[in-house]
Amino acid sequence: MTDATASVAARLRATGTASALELRGVSKSFGALAALQDITLTVAPGERRAVLGSNGAGKTTLFNCITGDFAPTAGSIRFFGEDVTAFPPQERIRRGLRRTYQISLLFSGLTVLDNVYLACRGVSRGRFSMIRPRRSDALMASAEDLVRVAHLEDVRDRLVSELAYGQQRQLEIAMALAGAPRFILFDEPAAGLSPTERSDLVAILTGLPSHVGYIVIEHDMDVALRVSDQVTMMHNGRIFKEGKPAEIEDDPEVQALYLGGGDGH
Amino acid sequence: MTNTDLPLTAKPATAPEAQGRMRGWLARVPAAYWVVGVLLLVLPAFASNFVMFQIMGWTFILGMIALSLMFLAGYGGMVSLVQMTIAGIAGYMVAIFGDSAVASISMGWPWWVTVPLALLIAMLFATAVGWLAVRTEGIYTIMITLAVAAAFFYFVRQNYDLFNGFSGFNSVLPPMLFGIDWRGPEAFYYMTLFWAVLSYSAVLYISRAPFGLALQGVRDNPRRMAALGYNVTAHRVAAYALAAIPAGLGGILLTWQSAQISPGTAGIQPAIDILVIAVIGGLGHPIGAFIGALLYVLLKTFAVDVLVALGLGGERFQLLIGMGFLLIVFFSPDGLLGLWQRLKDSRRRDSLTGQDRRSE
Repeated sequence: MTDATASVAARLRATGTASALELRGVSKSFGALAALQDITLTVAPGERRAVLGSNGAGKTTLFNCITGDFAPTAGSIRFFGEDVTAFPPQERIRRGLRRTYQISLLFSGLTVLDNVYLACRGVSRGRFSMIRPRRSDALMASAEDLVRVAHLEDVRDRLVSELAYGQQRQLEIAMALAGAPRFILFDEPAAGLSPTERSDLVAILTGLPSHVGYIVIEHDMDVALRVSDQVTMMHNGRIFKEGKPAEIEDDPEVQALYLGGGDGH
Repeated sequence: MTNTDLPLTAKPATAPEAQGRMRGWLARVPAAYWVVGVLLLVLPAFASNFVMFQIMGWTFILGMIALSLMFLAGYGGMVSLVQMTIAGIAGYMVAIFGDSAVASISMGWPWWVTVPLALLIAMLFATAVGWLAVRTEGIYTIMITLAVAAAFFYFVRQNYDLFNGFSGFNSVLPPMLFGIDWRGPEAFYYMTLFWAVLSYSAVLYISRAPFGLALQGVRDNPRRMAALGYNVTAHRVAAYALAAIPAGLGGILLTWQSAQISPGTAGIQPAIDILVIAVIGGLGHPIGAFIGALLYVLLKTFAVDVLVALGLGGERFQLLIGMGFLLIVFFSPDGLLGLWQRLKDSRRRDSLTGQDRRSE
């Protein structure tokens, strides 16, 4: 089967009832350490899901496997019906997957606008273009729009290394919204933000177009439960519980785990 | 190292770009460019043949080769010691395909075949080396490229069938295009100036084009670049291929300048000299390569005289170069450009509060 027919088949499946993201038996070990064990997870298109769990539960490892930063030791990953398990990160990103990082991974030697522009360029043609973009360039225009969405227009031409922490977090989000994202992975987007910045974040997340689904890793239960319609609890590399936000909030086991400081059950 | 907003960078226009694009473009060229540009253009009116041919010509040539390293190291974060070898390959190809005193090897093809062919072969070689080197980081990149440079040096020295071994090729001359002797001091000066300015402008231009921005992204954070949809390996290899153009041009001009090429042209010492030039000048901006080259050429040319004047042995001029290098790197890790930048920053800051006066 050629590449073209494969992608057509994938798109046909994607338009049907197929899931946005489907993990089957995904495991990841680092030597003797089993960071992820047999994760099976299905997220529908447009679904918003929070992943909760204590430190070391495997949440970020899960993200790294989904984006292709790490190859899983076992299992398969489908993105809108297409098996992407063997794909390098850039191929998954070009298919509409996005992510933000827990510790901001930005281009400190470039300006805010250049960072967002790179994000927009990365998912479109002309990544190797030797022609400078004009201010009227369509991609440059969308980069400027994203800078506004993230409330960064005042620091648009500043180097990223000069930004405050909260602004760097906002930039992370702006970069994840570049192009036409179909599914976004947010890794602790609220960490270290002030209360005002947190409500800005909640507004940005809940204001995303309804066809854009996401998974958000969040320690702040308040943020997590407000931006999600489904919650997955992880513990020691396994999925431990799934349900609606209200069910999870009231679950005695979850409460024990969270209030007990994550020392297990 | 990461600061690309240096004094000579043209600021993007803020005015609406509807009227007079050409005039707007000219107005954006900083004053420093006009001054340096006019000076360089009228220099032959008062400079001696020695200054034009030896000092300035050599500066432009070494600057172009150092520029190719600056492109890889400054924008791409890849320190390559193979750029001088790439220059050497282009020089050898011009000698082998074109004319030289070694008639048994040289093919005598016209310049319009040999020059593009030499550049193409240099680019192919650079692509192959890049393909190997980009799988490594930091010190390992240096080691791999150094190994390639050393291998090339010993290979050409021992190969007599193609490279004519130890003695190499002599009488490799530029073509008599338009009836001009391009080895004449003035003609050679303008020829090297032209290619140096073109290479410099191209690098500056590409640094703000998607390819160049992405390369700087790869330097700052390769993992994030992949997570934005970029093929990091392909980008790095392409940078090696592109950097071969100024290096190859420099190698061809260098061969024409000395009318010969031999293994020593692309030995380990010249390879390290290129690194020294790029670092002394500063890797933050393409102009650093030429500033470093000028300082290197001046030191190399006049250090002997200075030492003799001081009553010391002239053969110790390398010591002076080495000490100059040490001093600059010690006081300014980002080269002469970094020194200049810090001077400018300190003038801009309020002496009492230390606040940046711009932000007010």
